[in-house]
Amino acid sequence: MDRIGVFLCTGCDIGAGLKVEDLEKLAKSSGAAQFAVHPCLCSPEGVDAVRSAAGGGALDALVIAACSARHKQLEFRLDPTKTAVERLGLREQVAWTHTPGDEDTQMLAEDMLRMSIVRASKMQLTVRLAEQIERAVLVVGGGIAGLQASQASAGMGHPVVLVEKSSRLGGHLAGLSEVVPEAPPYDRLHPSPIPGLVKAVEGDPGIKVLLSAGIRQISGQPGQFAVEIESGGGRETFRIGAIVLATGSRPYDASRLVGLGYGLPNVVTAAQLDEQLSRGELRLPSGGGAPRRVVFLQCAGSRDDSHLKYCSGDCCTATLRQVLALHNKMPGVECAVIYKDLRAPGQLEHFYLAVQEKTHAAFLRGVVEGVSRSGEGLKVVAMDGLLGERVEFDADLVVLATGMVPNAADGEAIRALRDAKGRIERNESDTQRKLAEELAASLAHHEGTEILNLAYRKGPDLPALSYGFPDSHFICFPYETRRTGIYAAGSVRAPMDAAQAAEDGWGAAMKAVQCISAAGRGEAVHPRSGDAGIADFFLQRCTQCKRCTEECPFGSLDEDAKGTPLYNKLRCRRCGICLGACPERIVSFPDYSVEAITGMIKAIEVPDETEEKPRILALLCENDAMPALDDAALKGAKWNAWMRVIPVRCLGSVNLAWVSESVSRGIDGIILIGCKRGDDYQCHYIEGSQLAHKRLENIQETLTRLSLESERIRVIELERDECARIPALFDEFAQVLADLGPNPLKGF
Amino acid sequence: MNEPSPRPILVIGAGIAGITAALEAAEAGREAVLIESERAVGGRVLRIHNYFPKLCPPSCGMEINIRRLERNPRVRVITGARVAGAGRLPDGWSVTVSISPAHVKDTCTLCGECSKVCPAKVPDQFNLGKCMVPAVRLPNPDAFPRRYVLDRSACPQGCKACADACKYGAIDLNATGREETLEAGAVVVATGWAPYSIEKLKELGGGVLPDVISNVQMERYAAPGGPTGGKIVRPSDGKAPRRVAFIQCAGSRDVNHLPYCSAVCCLASTKQALYVREQIPDAEITVYYIDRRTPGRNEAMLGRAEAAGVKFVKGKVGKVRAGPDGGVLLRIEDQEAGQLVDAEADLVVLATGMAPAGGDLPMPVPRDGDGFALDDGKARIFAAGVARRPEDVAASVRDATGAAAKALCAGRNS
Repeated sequence: MDRIGVFLCTGCDIGAGLKVEDLEKLAKSSGAAQFAVHPCLCSPEGVDAVRSAAGGGALDALVIAACSARHKQLEFRLDPTKTAVERLGLREQVAWTHTPGDEDTQMLAEDMLRMSIVRASKMQLTVRLAEQIERAVLVVGGGIAGLQASQASAGMGHPVVLVEKSSRLGGHLAGLSEVVPEAPPYDRLHPSPIPGLVKAVEGDPGIKVLLSAGIRQISGQPGQFAVEIESGGGRETFRIGAIVLATGSRPYDASRLVGLGYGLPNVVTAAQLDEQLSRGELRLPSGGGAPRRVVFLQCAGSRDDSHLKYCSGDCCTATLRQVLALHNKMPGVECAVIYKDLRAPGQLEHFYLAVQEKTHAAFLRGVVEGVSRSGEGLKVVAMDGLLGERVEFDADLVVLATGMVPNAADGEAIRALRDAKGRIERNESDTQRKLAEELAASLAHHEGTEILNLAYRKGPDLPALSYGFPDSHFICFPYETRRTGIYAAGSVRAPMDAAQAAEDGWGAAMKAVQCISAAGRGEAVHPRSGDAGIADFFLQRCTQCKRCTEECPFGSLDEDAKGTPLYNKLRCRRCGICLGACPERIVSFPDYSVEAITGMIKAIEVPDETEEKPRILALLCENDAMPALDDAALKGAKWNAWMRVIPVRCLGSVNLAWVSESVSRGIDGIILIGCKRGDDYQCHYIEGSQLAHKRLENIQETLTRLSLESERIRVIELERDECARIPALFDEFAQVLADLGPNPLKGF
Repeated sequence: MNEPSPRPILVIGAGIAGITAALEAAEAGREAVLIESERAVGGRVLRIHNYFPKLCPPSCGMEINIRRLERNPRVRVITGARVAGAGRLPDGWSVTVSISPAHVKDTCTLCGECSKVCPAKVPDQFNLGKCMVPAVRLPNPDAFPRRYVLDRSACPQGCKACADACKYGAIDLNATGREETLEAGAVVVATGWAPYSIEKLKELGGGVLPDVISNVQMERYAAPGGPTGGKIVRPSDGKAPRRVAFIQCAGSRDVNHLPYCSAVCCLASTKQALYVREQIPDAEITVYYIDRRTPGRNEAMLGRAEAAGVKFVKGKVGKVRAGPDGGVLLRIEDQEAGQLVDAEADLVVLATGMAPAGGDLPMPVPRDGDGFALDDGKARIFAAGVARRPEDVAASVRDATGAAAKALCAGRNS
């Protein structure tokens, strides 16, 4: 951009503490074509002035030097395809937080203005993508979540392709006529929703159902997936816009539960009892008549460190359903349930009470010590948690309430396994081969687990988080996965019951349809929804180092045979992690680039060491750290005037060139503040914060090699509500740097 | 198939469920109008210190949601508003919205000069009335819309100090309320919940003993923006409690109060026990429960609390009264030991449940026996969040996303 207008607001104390005429001189000498001052830029008159200047065509980029970019967004948002806008928060970062009229305050404001003008000059106008977008939704899995997702997508006017591995729709519940109550009064069994849903889906001309089908390959990107499906011996390729993964779960392997008697005659899993219930004939598996005394053992393989650590979420209520179903079919049957905690959450409490009342089943809180043969029948020994006594139950049928294991594949593990096998084959050295063999052995259980078969560089399926469930921000944004345009629904996503899985089907369909809509507008989906800017890769300079393709958390980048990145624009979430990864600095977004931030760093005037005015660069994540900085300012915090703050899209987007540029320019220290990393990560781009830490460790080593103190660089994790920590973080770091003395590279 | 109705979706309630429903629809290209009775969006989640199981601040996810709201031209947010009337249209609803006077206009810059000069103090609703704030103020640290609010009824006679102090003419002491009529293609009811009042739990010391507080109050005590600046204290003397007792199912799973399980309290207390542990490493922390309901991957919270030395006792607390030396005395039926025991605590937290809110809507929203809202597809009314059933934040977001889909489907296949 070369026609930059600077609009300086002097309201909210900004003008009072600064020499505005000096700022004007500086703007002009820094290349601004226009400089205007307004006492309240966000007032209708101020906004008019900004908009008419932008609309006149004389300017192509604006610097709004006023309040934080988080405020007055509506007032200062201009069409990014026509005008680039750089927001400079003089109010929060200067006026409210530094001594008015002070020399250091003025130097801070002047540096910030210079930095913003440089940034504006390096911005590009956004060019919206306008690509051909497919509207069809692919639903993988024909259980309750998949059926509901299909019906919902079709209901929103989108064609649907539903792929089911087995020969019929309905999933686990297909055979059952009655399910856990899903509607008031919650005190009786509910007719299964499956037959109605199956009928609706099969009868919908907009839904193509493929049974006994599997996905051979998915290539492309949201709005433009090509999905090759094998079904009934034939193969067909479908053009798809977005995908719902609803592959459900399978029961935990009961053969590992011999301690609970599995393997003995008449010890069955809940799923096996359901099969009997759906056939309508209740006979003991060993032969003979119907069971008279049934004991249910809860948490069979769940909530157990040696099996599934998690609670499977629906076994307690499934047992209640089975107890009531048995009672309804055979009123004299005696049931006992041995549990750790009876989990009938929410309004299913009504169901729990009703089952107790109707069936007179015994509910015992206890720990099962053993299941053994006893004459013709079985004996269950448990330690009664309430009375502290050993209790024995005679039973002719024991039901293990086995938990659920997601039918998910860990794409990144599969890829690691494939890579290891490749290394074994290449046999480059004995050590390499040995390491690869060990790795392959540890990952062997992922062999052949592929479901989606994504033709992605980062693996054929979604990456997993804990317990094998697909990774997502499972609290705030539960459907998001790390592969754009693919949304998990139902018990593949998290342990849940059938009613919840149906809700998931609705929600995941919403996200799929929304993703198609966003792709059509050329916009990003969560979390930068609405952002139409896309990355530009200057491939002539690419050295095929593969860092960008490896580090993109969303698998947006594939590679050609030489290892050159292939950018899938519609998979991109615009986090900038590729930009941070690239040693050749070839990745740029229209409003965010290595060059722009480097330019900002160069625009910082670094006084020489005799002036005793250190300079500290602070790179703050715009998602949590920058808002926290705003909050600190709003609350009247003051901080060190040596700081020069630059907001970054994510700590993972920090390019090490910025660090080396700073160090070589004599900047005394660099502090990076981002979101929490690790298992309970808060990084909106999952791995950004983690990557920043890893990269910074490397650069700290480099500093040490250059005989510079590694303490000059610091990475901090800050939560969104920790604004109170900021002044002390800055001041304490400034003190550390003062103690170290000036950066010896100053003046070189 | 009919064409989709061009009318917007009306979402009532801008807590996490309502915000989600409006945004999900809008990001799929549909217009949405989001109505909130408070002056800022965010509802109950912003009053939570940390979410379980990650123990992360809700303002983090809300920051993204507010950015989505601000940047999406298809969502209109109306705060300080109630639905006053509703009439059925052949393909939706005509709704009258009553909007309270906007004494602070959107030209507010958050400069704060008004607050500095305001002579009147009001109980801070954001902090559940546990501290006083100026009558003109920022309603919460993350307030959206980003402007101050004025409780006009608290102004001293003739006072116009705030209006005089405002350099931007953003304060209009004579503003009047207004009504607006909107047409909607479908309605999403996301009116949320109210905590079951501890005043109704006198036998557990609720509303009687100062050191018996509710779980929602505990969230504010633990939050940096709360009345104690994030310090967990015993209200009677402001000291850090050495012994903290959590009483589960306080008013839930109880035919005399709420007959259902509120679905979040076990996890909320487990999380709050960890807040206490973090601040007071040697505190004795006990949770009295009927069943520990921490489903799914949230199970890990239990192990984390146990590892932190939190004691879980299966037992029904029958009575709570004042103890000697200023403490609180609990009479517990310890079901594992099979006996009645007494325990003392400095601070008692009642894990009160959630009662559905929003029962006064003018349109006929079907409700179940517990008062939770149900969907009525034919009438194009869909419920989301805790207005629909007791559930946690993650489930509210999930269901609200689904409610947006249901609203988008409404009318297409009819």
